[in-house]
Formats: sequence, C-alpha cells, structure tokens
Amino acid sequence: MTTVTLHYFALLREQRGRSSESLTTGAATAGELYDELARRHGFTLPVTHVRVAINGEFAAWDTTLRTGDELVFIPPVAGG
Amino acid sequence: MTFRISPEPLDPAALAGQLLDLRAGAYVEFQGRVRNHNEGRAVNALEYEAYAALAEKEGARIVAEAAARFPILGAACVHRVGRLELGELAVWVGVTSAHRAAAFEACRAIIDETKARVPIWKKEHYADGASGWINCATAGPAAAATATPPAAH
Repeated sequence: MTTVTLHYFALLREQRGRSSESLTTGAATAGELYDELARRHGFTLPVTHVRVAINGEFAAWDTTLRTGDELVFIPPVAGG
Repeated sequence: MTFRISPEPLDPAALAGQLLDLRAGAYVEFQGRVRNHNEGRAVNALEYEAYAALAEKEGARIVAEAAARFPILGAACVHRVGRLELGELAVWVGVTSAHRAAAFEACRAIIDETKARVPIWKKEHYADGASGWINCATAGPAAAATATPPAAH
C-alpha cells in the first residue's frame, strides 16, 4: 500500500467534492489509481481524456506510485 | 521571457511597458477577452481555474520554445484565473522582435500552445442559468454529441 496526496481541479474537483485529500491505496500505478477513484466517485471523464502530473510534472499513466507522491489528474485543458 | 498565472485583473499597458526594447521595431500583442456567446449559447461569465505551479512551468516552456523557434527579442504571457465578466481580459501575450514577421508568428504560437497544453480550465456560465466545463462533456446522451476527442499532446 502507498499513501499519496491528490489535488483536484475543475470538473474532477466538483465530482470528488473536495480539492485535495491524502489517500492510502493498493493501486500500483497512476492509471490504476485513476480507475479506482473514477469507480468510487463516478468521474465521467475516461482516462483517455485525462493526463496525470506527479510531483509537479506531467507523467505517464504507468508510473509506479510511491508513498509521498503528489498527484494531479488533469482534465482536458481550456485556457485562452 | 515569462509566463504567469494571475488572480488579479490584467493591465495591458503595464504589461506592454515591460517589453519596451529599443532594438525592437515590432511589438505584437494578443488579448483574449470574455465573449458573450459560445457554440450558439449566450454566455454571462467565465470562471478560470489553473494548476498554477505546473501551468507556469509548462507556460515558461512554451515561451522558451517560441524564442528558440523565432528571432524574437522578448515575449511574455499572463493568464487570468477566477471569475471574469464579459469583455474582461482573460489572457495576454506580448512579443517584441526587430522585424514584424517573427513577432506575429511567435505570438500566434504562444497563444495556440497555451490553449492546447497549459493546465487551465474554463467554466462557462450561461444566460439560462446552466454552466459547464469546456472540453469536459463526455457523459450522457446530450454530451455525447458535443464530446471533444482528447487534445493531441
């Protein structure tokens, strides 16, 4: 099990109902964690529409999670 | 060469002043403003949210890429966050160069890449009381018709 911190933005913040949390998970990768949380909280965005950042930088979905990691799931961006 | 997220209103004259450069024969500026409609719906206001730390990091990379690609002298981009009313300035890009072509092209590249890559999100508040996050409609039959494929990163 690993314990990570999550920060939520935009649609995912609204669907989660909070902007951050600390979580202990059996998910091995960032992608597995998104799947787990999407099921639990009813996230509507498929993982193919979302990117992930780990410790302040874009990362691959198959990145192995380590205790202390800070994750942000990034919904489709819409600046401008 | 800077990129910044700002919770405060943008002052284009002050921003332009930071790019004064006597070597620059050209100064090109882009102002993105809050529009009163989108895809046939009347819009009352916008709400921007950013993952500021990564937005500023990715934005700085975009400005640096433009400086590497085009012979420019200076470039800066600032993007607002928070609730914006119609007509308000949401994003500002300024570029200086010796001659105009580089400034036009770099300015265009910076705003295009910013829209495609920087973790900033936009919620539209419609005149009919509804609201929605742009590019995030993927659930339900109504949304299916307007769902956008993932951006090419």
